[in-house]
Amino acid sequence: MGRVFTKPDDAKVFRENVWKEIILIGYYSIVIVLIISTFIGAVITLQTAYNMTNPIYPDYIIGLGTRDSVILEFSSTIVGLVLAGKVGSSIASNIGTMQVTQQIDALETMGVNSANFLILPKIVAAVITFPFLGILSMITGIAGGWLAGMMSGEVPSAQYVYGLQYAFIPYYIVYSLIKICTFGIIISSVASYYGYYTRGGALEVGKASTTAVVNSSLIILVFNLLLTALLL
Amino acid sequence: MIEVSHLCKSFNGVQILSDVSAIFEEGKINFTIGKSGSGKTVLLKSIIGLHEIDSGNIYFHDRNFTTMTINQRKEIRKEIGMVFQGSALFDSSTLEENVMFPLKMFSDLSYDECRERANFCLQRVDVVGKNHLFPSEISGGMQKRVAIARAIALNPKYLFCDEPNSGLDPQTSILIDNLIKEIVREYNMTTIINTHDMNSVMEIADKIIFIHEGKLWWQGDKESIWTTDNPEVNRFIFASELTKKIRVLYEK
Repeated sequence: MGRVFTKPDDAKVFRENVWKEIILIGYYSIVIVLIISTFIGAVITLQTAYNMTNPIYPDYIIGLGTRDSVILEFSSTIVGLVLAGKVGSSIASNIGTMQVTQQIDALETMGVNSANFLILPKIVAAVITFPFLGILSMITGIAGGWLAGMMSGEVPSAQYVYGLQYAFIPYYIVYSLIKICTFGIIISSVASYYGYYTRGGALEVGKASTTAVVNSSLIILVFNLLLTALLL
Repeated sequence: MIEVSHLCKSFNGVQILSDVSAIFEEGKINFTIGKSGSGKTVLLKSIIGLHEIDSGNIYFHDRNFTTMTINQRKEIRKEIGMVFQGSALFDSSTLEENVMFPLKMFSDLSYDECRERANFCLQRVDVVGKNHLFPSEISGGMQKRVAIARAIALNPKYLFCDEPNSGLDPQTSILIDNLIKEIVREYNMTTIINTHDMNSVMEIADKIIFIHEGKLWWQGDKESIWTTDNPEVNRFIFASELTKKIRVLYEK
């Protein structure tokens, strides 16, 4: 850990690496986040609508319910778990392959601090990109809910939009972004750890990748509970 | 010159190297030979600091590598070129980027100058017009040549090769051997090569060290290795029918 958080050997190369990782971790995750968020937002809206058939409940409560579910839990925790699978496995297998094919030894032989060179840009890139993915997920999740409500005829558009604005607490967005940022650090560091300490061959790289995803998912769930208790 | 003095290394209580002492002279091609598991790679990795040794000393031209701080070792490592057994080229970088990597990290050259130097090194190892290919798109022999180009990019004083001929056909092996020989003579590098390949040893070795069960068992040159009466060395060298016949011819 100490070797990761040291001053990079070359600031320019470090910036280039961070940019590369932003593309790999953030940009290449946009599509999966958009698709999952849209569909989950739609499902949340329809399920809420189907369970609110009693006329005592106003229609706008569906918009409110979707908003709070998406912002508080879905766009941070569920997206975090999805990214643990996609980004975590990619990081662990990438670094693991470099380890078993002696590419990390090659870096060390040249005098490069391999832990810092490989891991720090990934952590920085995750901290930068995950909040954006979270915001994207919030927008598309709520939009998906609106679309599903409109198309199914379960929620009038005006009622849904009113529900989105009703009793809105902006701090929920901050809370959600703090969570997803923390999950970004967890995913990138846990996956890098398992990748970096891979020994053996291709089979071990696969095992490291699976272990990284499972363990980062478990840590995310524990931190989700802790952060909720602390921040809400 | 590199000097190894009373070097010992163990892993989890298993002694891999015991009291190994040797001198690798400047500008010479030194070969380390021995059976698989004899400790050759551990010796090489210990010399370049990839393994921390249990005891002993390693000197690079009278500079004691063992007692150096991390930053002092970093300086020495800039003088080291290493060719790994599997080439260890960076998968996600092109051949040109691979060779440019040490230059970008450790030289004051501009991007264009780094590119120019990388192209010179690639041409030196006869890899021409393939700069933008990735390592997975070229043959094993060419990967080795690119690895040599990367190793010499910073004009190192010391060159280490871990089984540079493994997985290569005999013709390509000879090409790699001759390339190493030319480069070592050209830049006067102190070179240590690990190998099982007796053809390579006979082709380009200046000095040979035989490691057996983690100990330095024998050392000499390629002339004396044919006539040595060391039984372990003989068992290793004359394991094949071909080398047995060569020995008969040599003795005649």
